[in-house]
Amino acid sequence: MTSTVASASGMDARTSSRAEHPKRRGRISSTTWAVIGFTAPLAIYMAIFYIAPLIQNISMSFHRFTRRTFITGDAPFVGLDIYKEVIASPDFWTTLAQTMTFTVLSIIFQYAIGLALAVFFNQNFKLSAVLRGAFLVPWLLPPMISGTIWQWMMDADSGVFNKVLGLFGVDPIWWLQGTNSLWAVIIANIWLGIPFNLVILYSGLQNINVDLYEAASLDGCNAWQRFWHITFPLLRPVTMITLLLGFVYTLKVVDIIWIMTKGGGTSRTLATWAYEMAFGKGNSSVIRYSEASVVGTVLIIIALVFAFVYLWAQRKEEN
Amino acid sequence: MQHRSTWWKTALGLLLTLIMLFPVYWMINVAFTSRSAIRSGDLYPKSFTVENFQRAFSDQMPYLGTSLIIAFGVVVFTLLIALPSAYGITFLPRRGGKTINFLLIVAQMIPAVVMSLGFYQIFNEIGLLDSIPGLIVADSTVAVPFAVMLLTSFMAGMPRSLIEAAEIDGANKWMVFSRIVVPLSRNSIVTASLFSFLWAWSDFMFASTLDAGGGMLRPITMGLYDYIGAQNQEWGPMMATAVIASVPTALMLVVAQKYVAAGVTAGAVKD
Repeated sequence: MTSTVASASGMDARTSSRAEHPKRRGRISSTTWAVIGFTAPLAIYMAIFYIAPLIQNISMSFHRFTRRTFITGDAPFVGLDIYKEVIASPDFWTTLAQTMTFTVLSIIFQYAIGLALAVFFNQNFKLSAVLRGAFLVPWLLPPMISGTIWQWMMDADSGVFNKVLGLFGVDPIWWLQGTNSLWAVIIANIWLGIPFNLVILYSGLQNINVDLYEAASLDGCNAWQRFWHITFPLLRPVTMITLLLGFVYTLKVVDIIWIMTKGGGTSRTLATWAYEMAFGKGNSSVIRYSEASVVGTVLIIIALVFAFVYLWAQRKEEN
Repeated sequence: MQHRSTWWKTALGLLLTLIMLFPVYWMINVAFTSRSAIRSGDLYPKSFTVENFQRAFSDQMPYLGTSLIIAFGVVVFTLLIALPSAYGITFLPRRGGKTINFLLIVAQMIPAVVMSLGFYQIFNEIGLLDSIPGLIVADSTVAVPFAVMLLTSFMAGMPRSLIEAAEIDGANKWMVFSRIVVPLSRNSIVTASLFSFLWAWSDFMFASTLDAGGGMLRPITMGLYDYIGAQNQEWGPMMATAVIASVPTALMLVVAQKYVAAGVTAGAVKD
C-alpha cells in the first residue's frame, strides 16, 4: 500500500514536470504507449491461449496422429488426406444432417417461445419482473446439471415423462435411445435456450416506442395486427442477432448431449463427434486425434462464416 | 382498464414459470426422496430424507473445494487481463475498437471442443495436464472475451471530462486507470466476475478433457460425472450433488439479479 502511494507520487512529480514542456508530441506518444501497455496483456493472452490451440488443432488435421505418434511427436504430414477420408465417410454426412436438425429446430423453437414469452412479460403485470427473473434459471444452471435432470426425467422405466404419458395410455418411450435420442436432446436444448432468447428479445421490445402502439390502437388495430405490423418488423435487427448467436452457440453444444445420451443413437453432432474421437470416449473407443481436428476445423469454418454474417448484419443495422 | 385485466396475466405467468421450472423442482424433489421410493416418481418427497445430501457432501467435499479454487482463480485471472485491456481499447479510434470487438466475438464462437483439443496437446508438452492452473487458464478462455467486451462498452461510456480533469491535475494513465476508471466500473466488474465464476463452475468440457486424471483436484462437475458414469446409478445422491452445485446459480439470481440482467444483453445487443 505504502509503496504504491510512494511510486504514485513519484509519477505525479514526473508527469507534472513534463507537462511544462511543449505538449503535442509527448502527449500523442504517451497515449500510444498507454494503449500498447494496457492492451498488451490481452494481445499476449489471445496469442498464447487462442491462436496457439487453434493452430495446434489445424496442424493436427494435416498430420496423421495416432496414439503412438502423439507421444513420439513424429506424425507424418499428409496434407488434405484426412479431410478427404472424413468427408468420404458416411458418418460425416449423417452427423452433419443431425447437427443441422439439432441446431435449426432448437433455435426455431427457442426463438418462437422466447418471443411469445417476451411479448407476454412486456405487459408489466403484477410479479412480471420476478417471474421473468425466475425464467433465467435454466440458462444459469450448469448445463451438465440440466442434462442430468433431463436424463432422469426421460428415463424409460421411471422417468416422469413416461409416467405422465402412461396416464394417457401411451406406452413407455425409450427417449434416450436410437432415433428418439435426437428429439430428446432437442427438447432439453430448447428448454435451455429459452431464457437467452427471452431476455434479449425482451430488451429489444423495451426499445420500441410505446407511442407507436397507442397510435395503432387509435387506428383500430387489434393486438395481433399490432404484433405483426409493429413489433415483429421493428424487432428484426434483434431477431437477426439472436438467431445468429443462437446458431453458433447451439452448434458447439456438447455437455447437455453428452450427459443425456453420450452422443448415442441419432443424437451425435459434429461437436460431440469431435469430442468422442479426440478423447476416445463413448462410441469411439480408439482415440483419433486427426479426424477429430478435421471435424473441429469444419466447426471453426462454420463459426467464421457466421461471424462474418454477424458483422454484415450489424453493419446493415447501423446504416 | 389495465388493473382489471392483469390478475389473469399474473396467473398465466405463474403457470408458465411453474412449467419452465418443473425440471428444477424435480431435481430438488428427487434429492430429498429416499432410495427405496425414488423409482415411484411421487410429485413431492413422500418418503423424505436428507441422507442423499449426507452422502453427497461426504463424497463431493474435495471437488467442491477444487471448484471454488478454480472459479475464483478464473475470476482473478480474467479481471487481470480484461480490466487494463478494456481501458486500453477505449483509446483506440472507433475502427480499431470495432475490429477488436469483432475478433472477440469470433473468439466466443470457437467451439470449446476445438480449444480443448489444442490445449490438450500443448498442456501435454508443458506438463499442465491434470492441474489446477491449467484448468484455470483453459476456463478463462470462455470468460475473457466476454469480460473485455462488457468492460470496454462501459468504460467507453465514461465521461471523458472526468479523465481529462484528472490528467490536468497531473495524474498519469495508470493512476487514472487504477483510481478513477476501475472504481467507477464497479458494477461491470461485478457482472464480469459473476459470469466468469459461473462459467468456470459449470465447465464440463475442459474438466473432462484436460483434468480427467486429476483425482481429488477435479471440479464438482467431474464429481457429479463420476456418479453418472457409475455402474449402479444412484439418483438420490446424484440429484443432491446437483442441488449443491446449483447454489451459485441460485445466489446469482437472488442476490445479484440486476448484474445478471446486465450481463445477458451485453454480449449480444450492442449499447
